[in-house]
Amino acid sequence: MDIFVPQDMAAVAVGANQVADAIIAEARRRNIMVRVIRNGSRGMFWLEPLVEIATPAGRVGYADVRAEDVPSLFDAGFAEGKPCGNHLGLVENIPYFAKQTRFVFKRAGLIDPLSLDDYRAHGGWRGLENALSAGPSAIVAAVKASGLRGRGGAGFPTGIKWETVARAEAAQKYIVCNADEGDSGTFADRLIMEADPFALIEGMVIAGIGVGATRGYIYLRSEYPFAITMMNRAIALARTAGMLGSSINGSHHAFELEVRVGAGAYVCGEETALLDSLEGKRGQVRAKPPLPAIKGLFGQPTVINNTISLASVPFILAEGASAFADVGYGRSRGTMPVQLAGNIRHGGLFEAAFGLTLGALVDEIGGGTQTGRPVRAVQAGGPLGAYFPPSMFDTPYDYEAFAKCDGLIGHGGLVVFDDSVDMARMARFAMAFCAHESCGKCTPCRIGAVRGVETFDKLLAGIDVSQNLALIEDLCETMKFGSLCALGGFTPYPVLSAMRHFPEDFVPAPLRHAAE
Amino acid sequence: MPDTTRFDERMTQRLRNIIVQFQHIEGAMLPLLHEIQSAFGYVPREAEPEIALALNLTRAEVHGVISFYHDYRREPAGRHVLKLCRAEACQSMGSEAQAKAVLDHLGLNWGETSADGRITIEAVYCLGLCATAPSALFDDQPIGRINASRLVALAEAAA
Ligand SMILES: Cc1cc2nc3c(=O)[nH]c(=O)nc-3n(C[C@H](O)[C@H](O)[C@H](O)COP(=O)(O)O)c2cc1C
Ligand code: SF4
Ligand code: FES
Repeated sequence: MDIFVPQDMAAVAVGANQVADAIIAEARRRNIMVRVIRNGSRGMFWLEPLVEIATPAGRVGYADVRAEDVPSLFDAGFAEGKPCGNHLGLVENIPYFAKQTRFVFKRAGLIDPLSLDDYRAHGGWRGLENALSAGPSAIVAAVKASGLRGRGGAGFPTGIKWETVARAEAAQKYIVCNADEGDSGTFADRLIMEADPFALIEGMVIAGIGVGATRGYIYLRSEYPFAITMMNRAIALARTAGMLGSSINGSHHAFELEVRVGAGAYVCGEETALLDSLEGKRGQVRAKPPLPAIKGLFGQPTVINNTISLASVPFILAEGASAFADVGYGRSRGTMPVQLAGNIRHGGLFEAAFGLTLGALVDEIGGGTQTGRPVRAVQAGGPLGAYFPPSMFDTPYDYEAFAKCDGLIGHGGLVVFDDSVDMARMARFAMAFCAHESCGKCTPCRIGAVRGVETFDKLLAGIDVSQNLALIEDLCETMKFGSLCALGGFTPYPVLSAMRHFPEDFVPAPLRHAAE
Repeated sequence: MPDTTRFDERMTQRLRNIIVQFQHIEGAMLPLLHEIQSAFGYVPREAEPEIALALNLTRAEVHGVISFYHDYRREPAGRHVLKLCRAEACQSMGSEAQAKAVLDHLGLNWGETSADGRITIEAVYCLGLCATAPSALFDDQPIGRINASRLVALAEAAA
């Protein structure tokens, strides 16, 4: 009897370890033979701890299981998958799950993340095998043809980046995975690393073969202790299986891979700051050019890609570029793991082809707010992304469509707020976050963000409101056009969108009270 | 406040043992600092000249790196560290009010350690648990859907 209890950090945060212990203890007490498998999460976090029982009909799920309920669940036939507790039926028939197009996350939650047998049985290493037989130029061609754009935020075509590195001549090239995932409201990188770590390894090895790089680093944020442990263990296992090391799967290609842990600086998610940090320096943004593809880590040609960009590559090589490119919207090809977060009923990861509307994602799939109050605002794309009001919910989820309304897909996060939110406070927070995280290299960001916070404080105190609003607008213009990177350059988007779409929150304090 | 531990001969030796382990790897600085912090609970000032010497840098450069990153502590933390998420997704679920209640109850500000050296409260910006917000990390234990009374109980039960 196989029982699955996720070891994912979010599942553990709501009690999954206690549930696993209780199941083992209860089965022992009853003399029932069970095997508890610690899978990754399916990404339906609002259902965690989500326990699954393998039955002849498929995997049956139980939501929100608590350790103290385990004995009574056993009494009611839970170990046989019978209806009791928060019985969900077959997990793959849950509408939230069934509606997804799981290309990149197809194994997440399904398998034991550290089982090489599971990985292979569910299609693992097929992309790498195809890559080895196709050769470097065909690998780069496939990634180009897939239309994959970087999932870290900027949406740059991955294949073009790889082509530049492949063409560069150097004794040592590098593949760097950006697993810094600092955006609030995002957890796709964390989920893939905890649920299917070999997929990231496979993607990085394919990248290495494609561009002729023999060393890789995963720059992983320190806030993700579970992912760090998981990736380190998976790397050791992949090495014993001959998928890392001096001869990848018996070929003449070599690839070494290592995890490097970040140190709590948001700006180190910016690719050049990340490279400086990997080199052991302060994580300050470099001026471009030169591009990292030409002069990257230790001055060598470097592919730096987001975790999800790299984890998408095994699918593309296994199923073919067109399988990926065939779904999507406009110039946004393939699937995006949208992350529904914050005040939302069905919070979790939803992998789907681009093109759903923002409203469909928030209201239909996400089920509206968790508090049950009306949705007032959605911040899309992390702390540098715009706030959308419900009147803009018909915007299709697509890089270009979001850009057209001064918004950002970013890394795919959507943070939902109900009508209790104070948008002036959120705008102030955007400035404060920028001030806190600025790398200090350029004045508009370093000084501008601090001025922004001070100006908001006056405004919130009701002092010279209209002058201070105008001052903030000016400041935003200066930051937008005078900043070296998107931390200073994009902080104006959440600020200005809050002011534009929620002007009623920016009127003088006495008037606000009168309106309430 | 906890005593800033006197740096004796034994600690210097321990520090040097760590440095030699890391000194020759590519981009040694961050892994080295992480290891030092995990051994001592903070990055002692005494480490700066030692690291500078080993990595062929100036002391100012080493200091510049340490001070850049939020993770590195310059003095020992409490026996337990409670990190409370203050980023947007957690705010949307009322994290600021919960945090204020915890801080008020313990009589602490952000970054401060209790007088008995038991607990330090730190801010963190996103733990990737944004669908079960608000979130916290108590030592290495993640906690979702936090509420202040549970956190206060946890802090008070900790030795
Ligand atoms: C302030 C800032 C923070 C960023 N944080 C991340 C991050 O956490 N993860 C990420 O993949 N990209 C992040 N980026 C984007 C990277 O600079 C870069 O575009 C990305 O790593 C390229 O990989 P991709 O093409 O696969 O997306 C950030 C950019 C900026 C300006
Ligand atoms: S915009 Fe801010 S974070 Fe970016 S380079 Fe300038 S100072 Fe650094
Ligand atoms: S915003 Fe708090 S865990 Fe992500």
